[in-house]
Amino acid sequence: MLELYNGALNVPEIITRWYAQEADYNYGAYIPFIGTVRDEDGIEGLSFDVYEPILTSWFETWVAKAAPLGAKLKMAHSRGDVLVHESSYIAAVFSPKRRVALEMIEAFVEDFKASAPIWKYDLKNGARIYARERSTPIQGAGLLGADV
Amino acid sequence: MVTVEFLGPIQKAPLTLEAASLRDVADMLKQDSEMAEWIENCAVAVNDTLVASLDTPLKTGDKVSLLPPVCGG
Repeated sequence: MLELYNGALNVPEIITRWYAQEADYNYGAYIPFIGTVRDEDGIEGLSFDVYEPILTSWFETWVAKAAPLGAKLKMAHSRGDVLVHESSYIAAVFSPKRRVALEMIEAFVEDFKASAPIWKYDLKNGARIYARERSTPIQGAGLLGADV
Repeated sequence: MVTVEFLGPIQKAPLTLEAASLRDVADMLKQDSEMAEWIENCAVAVNDTLVASLDTPLKTGDKVSLLPPVCGG
């Protein structure tokens, strides 16, 4: 399940609803990762652009990886502005036993950071500034500049 | 004609052009000074699937998307 929201996430609502949705499926582990905007470098908040078609296919690839392990993935992310101390990202894994969920949440979040088509901007002094130095080229980037 | 769209922070309106393969799109964008800072760090999708070859064929109606470096979360 992939959920996109305009603005900050309602974290208690989302994690409680996900918990209830899976309560009857005999999962022994539910591991959410919640990403919250920190007060640093004088920012007022962060802002996000999301390209939904490729985000959806990236997420579905992970759902397919999780299924043979008996695990289920859920993710929520913000579009637009999210202020300091609000949350923009929740990823969660449900699995029968803890080990699968612990390992998958790390791999999933790391691949999310490297591959998910989402762009981050700092909100500072009324401007929306691309977080270029904190961004990662997607695997295979540079194809158009290849001299072949 | 194919459409080329620029995602995220690339401040550029979509283009339409004649292109038989991604190489034609690359040749055109290399001439575009606005694209100089992006061409080496963008990934490329054709019809919302990431591609890895300039020989990827294109046909009328195809959509080419440029994806600059990402940072979700």
